[in-house]
Amino acid sequence: MKKEQDKILGEVTGSEYKFGFYTDIEQDSIAKGLNEDVIKEISARKNEPQFMLDFRLKAYRHWLTMDMPGWAKLKIPEIDYQSLIYYSAPRQKKKTDSLDEVDPELLETFNKLGIPLEEQKHLAGVAVDAVMDSVSVKTTFKETLADLGIIFCSFSEAVREHPDLVKKYMGTVVPYTDNYFAALNSAVFSDGSFCYIPKGVRCPMELSTYFRINAANTGQFERTLVVAEDNSYVSYMEGCTAPQRDENQLHAAIVEIVAMNNAHVKYATVQNWYPGNKEGKGGIYNFVTKRGICRGDNSKISWAQVETGSAITWKYPGCILKGNNSVGEFYSVAVTNNHQQADTGTKMIHIGKNTRSVIVSKGISAGKSNNSYRGLVKVLRGAENARNFSQCDSLLLGDKCGAHTFPYIETDNSSAIVEHEATTSKIGEDQIFYCNQRGIATEDAIGLIVNGYAKEVLNKLPMEFAVEAQKLLQITLEGSVG
Amino acid sequence: MLKIKDLRVEIEDQEIIKGLNLEVKAGEVHAIMGPNGSGKSTLAAVLAGRDMFRVTGGKVLYNGEDLLEKSPEQRAKEGLFLGFQYPIEIPGVSMVNFLKTAVNELRKHRGQKPLSASDFLKMMREKKELVEIHSSLTNRSVNEGFSGGEKKKNEIFQMAMLEPRLAILDETDSGLDIDALRIVANGVNQLKSKETASIVITHYQRLLDYIIPDFVHVLYDGRLVKSGGKDLALLLEEKGYEWIKEEAES
Repeated sequence: MKKEQDKILGEVTGSEYKFGFYTDIEQDSIAKGLNEDVIKEISARKNEPQFMLDFRLKAYRHWLTMDMPGWAKLKIPEIDYQSLIYYSAPRQKKKTDSLDEVDPELLETFNKLGIPLEEQKHLAGVAVDAVMDSVSVKTTFKETLADLGIIFCSFSEAVREHPDLVKKYMGTVVPYTDNYFAALNSAVFSDGSFCYIPKGVRCPMELSTYFRINAANTGQFERTLVVAEDNSYVSYMEGCTAPQRDENQLHAAIVEIVAMNNAHVKYATVQNWYPGNKEGKGGIYNFVTKRGICRGDNSKISWAQVETGSAITWKYPGCILKGNNSVGEFYSVAVTNNHQQADTGTKMIHIGKNTRSVIVSKGISAGKSNNSYRGLVKVLRGAENARNFSQCDSLLLGDKCGAHTFPYIETDNSSAIVEHEATTSKIGEDQIFYCNQRGIATEDAIGLIVNGYAKEVLNKLPMEFAVEAQKLLQITLEGSVG
Repeated sequence: MLKIKDLRVEIEDQEIIKGLNLEVKAGEVHAIMGPNGSGKSTLAAVLAGRDMFRVTGGKVLYNGEDLLEKSPEQRAKEGLFLGFQYPIEIPGVSMVNFLKTAVNELRKHRGQKPLSASDFLKMMREKKELVEIHSSLTNRSVNEGFSGGEKKKNEIFQMAMLEPRLAILDETDSGLDIDALRIVANGVNQLKSKETASIVITHYQRLLDYIIPDFVHVLYDGRLVKSGGKDLALLLEEKGYEWIKEEAES
């Protein structure tokens, strides 16, 4: 593992955003703009049942009554929602489960990204759902998982094949009324992943979704729903990249997790959307609503995220701790460089008795970027003996960047114990020189120090992801000190 | 190995080194002594490539090449090691990871393959024994929470790991008790060979009870004002620096 890490750390010197290529593939898109007809068209193309269309239209009508939120410490240019394309699919011969029939261009794209879809080559045993623009391209290991009763498929397929489950859980954790972007997503979402772990089943492999925006002027709105029944376990990870483009692109996703009694769900994200160039031109707007509910007693949801990409990130993966003795965890590393802006953190809502939450947030700011932690810990009246521990650290590189911490603590129960610790530090010239004197170049020294700083969070990621995340941290910060 | 000719160094328009000459050959141990503020640490930092100092004149040749043109990491890879007077703490970075990166950078420079994890750990064990460093230190972050003595021993341990050709030890003995002093000196002696050289910068003579220098130089007001053998160190111990100052100023 160490050797592998060193090799990768060595390899990356000198590279910028590696995933900025564009695949020239025929796209099947609908006309740009947003209205009820567009929504009906999306629903029709996906052969959705009526309940789905009704849900979309209700969400759309609600969205029309809402305004873009302005409370985050972000400068968001106005978004013209009528100039976006809401559905774009790489044109394949037909939707299929056999790999031979997947367009070779598509396979090549995912191979370039290091996401092999060919199962026989897949040594690590990770099941992958690959989503390009608006549709899921291929889900691997589906049959193996089906033997255990696990459903792992694209969201569209779930809507068609398992409408009852979708109907039962969709929108129960993030209702379409939740916020502006959640409403928009609920109206126009295209695809995403669906995962259902039945009672007593421990999912034997990592499940993973890989999101790729390819087409221009296209918004990506995916939805992920993870349901873990009593006594089940699943570890889920998601990765994201996009081509380098001068214009901004919008990504507004929803992730919902439901954990029943004694269920344990781990959800890891390595977000590497295109961040824009050094002057701040282009890049993805990443406005995502992620939330899990520990509905059952003794259940647990852990979020781990590494955020290095996007021009603007607005994201607060949270946990509603409803079941007694349930546990929510949030581990995050958010890196901003050049002109990137991030306002990210978590929400922990304690409802059940003896609920516990842990928040570890590590912000790293470089260049002229702004990095904010925003976190809410709320203890409701009935949440006897709730415990929260929050640690928010900021690391600054250079003197033109900013780090901000906005903790919100609301407790209505006097037995609650809530702790918040925060630190701010800077990578010193002394530290860099010390490394230099031992033969370690400045870029590598920063990589070493940053990875050391983020270790606590990186350790929470599945191994494949941890290595990728380390690489990413180093690439993202290249040229940021000097 | 090292030739310093008429070196002049400034910081913030103040001249610290004022025309310094020194030649160090392979196999030699040089001690540089002198009162506080005479420019000892500046000399060490300039040789290692610290960029806060400005070289305004003179030349430094290292193995026949211009040392001052090279980056700090290039100097390190070519075998120049600085034992810091105040070693720096790097929280979160384990000693193992730090040294492994450093050792493998060095090996890459020499055209050698990186060490495997097991070979590296074996090397660590051997070197730890050599310098009598307590094993738990290497499981911690670089210098974080180390006592003064531990930090200094850690410098010697790193030196043992990196096997430099030219080691410059900047007051490695200051603040050490007698046992630590012996360990530090022992480490330096163990690493002595015909191919390597050391420059030991020290304020006190007592380190030289354990490290026998071939040459002793006195640095005063930015110049080497007196050079001699080990006896010079003893003389300084006995008479202090006052007479040197008087001699230099007259």
